Amino acid sequence: MSLHTLTIHELRAKLRAGEVSARQVTQAILQRIEAVDGRLKSYLWLNPDDALAQADAIDQAGSAKGGKLLAGVPVAIKDVINVTGQPCTCASKILQGYVAPYDATVIHQLREAGAILLGRTNMDEFAMGSSTENSSWGTTRNPWDLERIPGGSSGGSAAAVGADAAIVALGSDTGGSIRQPAALCGCVGLKPTYGLVSRYGLVAFASSLDQIGPFTKDVTDAALMLQVLAGHDPRDSTSVPQAVPDYAAILGRGVKGIRIGLPKEYFIAGLDREIEAAVRAAIQKLVELGAEVVEISLPHTEYAVAVYYLVATAEASANLARFDGVRYGLRVPGGDVIETYGKTRGQGFGPEVKRRIILGTYALSAGYYDAYYLRAQKVRTLIRRDFEQAFQKCDVIVTPTSPEPAFKLGEKSGDPLKMYLSDIFTISCNLAGNCGISIPCGFTKDPQLPVGLQILGPAFGEERVLQVAHAYESATNWSKVRPRL
Amino acid sequence: MAEMNIDHVAHLARIELSEAERQTIAAQLTDILAYVEKLNQLDVSGVEPTAHGTPLHNVLRPDEARPCGIEREQFLQNAPEQARGLFIVPKIVE
Amino acid sequence: MNYEAVIGLEVHVQLKTRSKMFCGCGTESGAEPNTRVCPVCLGYPGVMPVINAEAVRKTILAGLMIGSQIAPFSKWDRKNYFYPDMPKNYQISQYDLPLCVGGAVIINGKRIGVTRIHLEEDVAKSFHFATSSGVDFNRAGTPLMECVSEPDLRSPDEAFAYLTALKEIFISGGVSDCDMEKGQLRCDCNVSVRPVGQQAFGEKIEIKNMNSISGVRRAVAYEIERQISALGRGEKLQQETRRWDDEAGKTFVMRTKEYAHDYRYFPEPDLMPVQVTDALLAEIRQLIPELPDAKRLRFVQQYGLPEYDAGVLVADAAVAKFYDAAAGQSKNPKAISNWVMTELLSKFAESKITPGQLAELVGLIDAGQINGKIAKEVFAEMFGTGKSPAAIVQVRGLVQVSDTGALEAFVDQAIAANPKSVADFQAGNPAAINFLKGQVMKLSKGKANPQVVGEILQRKLAAR
Repeated sequence: MSLHTLTIHELRAKLRAGEVSARQVTQAILQRIEAVDGRLKSYLWLNPDDALAQADAIDQAGSAKGGKLLAGVPVAIKDVINVTGQPCTCASKILQGYVAPYDATVIHQLREAGAILLGRTNMDEFAMGSSTENSSWGTTRNPWDLERIPGGSSGGSAAAVGADAAIVALGSDTGGSIRQPAALCGCVGLKPTYGLVSRYGLVAFASSLDQIGPFTKDVTDAALMLQVLAGHDPRDSTSVPQAVPDYAAILGRGVKGIRIGLPKEYFIAGLDREIEAAVRAAIQKLVELGAEVVEISLPHTEYAVAVYYLVATAEASANLARFDGVRYGLRVPGGDVIETYGKTRGQGFGPEVKRRIILGTYALSAGYYDAYYLRAQKVRTLIRRDFEQAFQKCDVIVTPTSPEPAFKLGEKSGDPLKMYLSDIFTISCNLAGNCGISIPCGFTKDPQLPVGLQILGPAFGEERVLQVAHAYESATNWSKVRPRL
Repeated sequence: MAEMNIDHVAHLARIELSEAERQTIAAQLTDILAYVEKLNQLDVSGVEPTAHGTPLHNVLRPDEARPCGIEREQFLQNAPEQARGLFIVPKIVE
Repeated sequence: MNYEAVIGLEVHVQLKTRSKMFCGCGTESGAEPNTRVCPVCLGYPGVMPVINAEAVRKTILAGLMIGSQIAPFSKWDRKNYFYPDMPKNYQISQYDLPLCVGGAVIINGKRIGVTRIHLEEDVAKSFHFATSSGVDFNRAGTPLMECVSEPDLRSPDEAFAYLTALKEIFISGGVSDCDMEKGQLRCDCNVSVRPVGQQAFGEKIEIKNMNSISGVRRAVAYEIERQISALGRGEKLQQETRRWDDEAGKTFVMRTKEYAHDYRYFPEPDLMPVQVTDALLAEIRQLIPELPDAKRLRFVQQYGLPEYDAGVLVADAAVAKFYDAAAGQSKNPKAISNWVMTELLSKFAESKITPGQLAELVGLIDAGQINGKIAKEVFAEMFGTGKSPAAIVQVRGLVQVSDTGALEAFVDQAIAANPKSVADFQAGNPAAINFLKGQVMKLSKGKANPQVVGEILQRKLAAR
């Protein structure tokens, strides 16, 4: 039994009992990273000495034997979250050289819980992408097939957890960037309700859609991580002043009587046959466990991608305006200030980022605001209402996470629109502000690639979502299957 | 649907594009804008836009001075160019 | 062709809060560059704004003071443009639903409409060198109230009066110190001219960079003339932004930007809207002070002061407060006014005198306890020590001598010692009595009641 293959809860038991030390756990992960990450390329930045020093401090303080939820557990961080003294490049050249002077709130929460901040993982630049091919620092590979992408934008975090090169990792989800890579890499990915987890310190992509969430190996770990991360933050005016429930308490309750909504718009032509089969089998399993199936409709599903690519890009065009070479990061000097802006941003941003900034700027520009941005925000309301109405008929909604399994590197990178459509099942959840999880539910045959089951809940419906996810996971063995690396 | 004036928009966004980029992006955005046209199929009269992820109001903080505790040096170290405690940029001409 | 000027003023006022608009950095001026900053007001990656409640309250108070409607629902928007003094290259402001709508300022009986007041964040400060510029972000993020007037002003003097009145009102409410030299009040003017009688406005030209209220008056005066002259030469005016150069006394066109500003306003996703409840409004209404105009009127009516006195006393809030308290305790508010205007005004800050003490001093004079000259001495000691007049008079034994017996003796002495003056007086020179009076004052060490002395002298001299 190698320590790096364990879950948080398994490690905690051993740490508590004194069977292993935080140093041993950290060393085991570092060794695994050394063994596989040369091929996987999930980490952008690693400081082994620093990680071991953190581990030693935990061991010396004896915290692992106490009540801290994550004492001695190493956590990998997507390179979009500020950690004091660490770089935070968001996989972009424009943030080269930037050293964060402050901790994101979630980092503060991890530290308080005794976690060890392990390293920084690869991503699509500024979280814009579905394959991690948009990273300025090279692409991460899918642990199940190194010729394929891990998904995106949190591809590094997903691949690391999927390959046991991390016990747990943080990612961010704006249109599916946690759930989709989790599905493609065979691990659990949770997007909390908007406002449940603080965004302070998360480099913003689309402010009304972004959320930080965990990648874990199983649902129990996801519940544990949510317990640590959730909670009101006075530094984040969009964070909700609501009491955080005990998420672990709901696990094990089973699904008897739970109504599972199946939206007819998600089970359509174009859905990969094997994915459909795996998802339908999963639904069948849930029925066997006592759940009821309800046919529902989310009639505005087909408009979600269009809404997203106007609203998210508009917000991003403003959020990324601060990257101008004045106060931090890259500066490419020009003859005057305007030229300096133009060259810095022209050379510092990658093609996808530039594309989206220009699209978003256009959607807000004089004469086009009403036709694009405003109209999109109105359709967003319709999408939100779809879910509100659906959740009156069911407790959770179950869908495939991704319309297809991990595709090959370069397969879609020449066609942005094609790439955007791979988010079709995950995007609506962000637009509505709801919560969702992706859990493994099978594999395609040849090649063996993971299939993800998405379970969506209403706003602050994490308990119900975790309950259903845990019930399914307990009755199956998918998380025990690991990639051969 | 009018065609986007990419030079104008790129200037609004302060992004200098190479000629090749200009053409590629313009073509790709034409496709994307054609795709989002489908939103016009919907009747949105009377529908309020959703501007926020969550319906809160009056999120305020008390007026207290609380220095952040980060030394000026740390901020200036991140600056591409700094002198005399200031962030230096090419001369701003009014 | 006779032209009339049409002027509108856009005034930016820094609010008097302890911390910045969206972060906890302090707002005092004079700090070393970039020491009053944090990741939020530096526009660092990943930061988020949080609204300063006091800034909202002060803005609502400002609106109430000028009779605005306070919006029950108000929101925040991003105003997008690139400039080195902009930490995020968007400014958080208010676009379509500002906190205050409408209102007015009365100048010399004329109503100048206010379109709106909204709340936003200030930008950083730039310093210009030979080939580069340096940016100090200490000011970035300071709460800023933008107050836009209707184009109701018609002359440079009206612009001056409007700014003076607005400044007075905001100072009295504690909203801002409005010191233009410290940048706490900034003003951009929109100036256009049109033929008298024409309804349509002429081309609106924006003027920036005035550093004082008189500077505004000068700039507006110049610009009106410039525009009229240009039109007179058959030139066509176009909308533009011009920079006032106070030294040269002229406006110059600023570098024209290639594109007109497209601010691409959209709702700020990181900040929640503000709902102003009736309860909050009622609470803030309590904070509305007596406005300067009302105070002037009350001083005239309540204390029987001439308008001139009221005007002088109300001009400084601290002085007005002092006077109000002193006059309120006195039977002689006019005398109090005289003392304040002649003896206190120029050195008010250094004075240790309390309102009650001044009232007491005037009371002692009116009761005949001390004469005017002695009173001045007592006042001087009150000013420097803060002691009460009664105490000073007692310790120094300055009580006026009005006892006729004692005074008769002094008068006899003076008459006996100064035969020449007596002779002068009897020869028909009435002014000679003043010398004798002075001698009596000397003999009494200044404490004699001059009126009584005068009466006794007259009587005794007449009897000779």
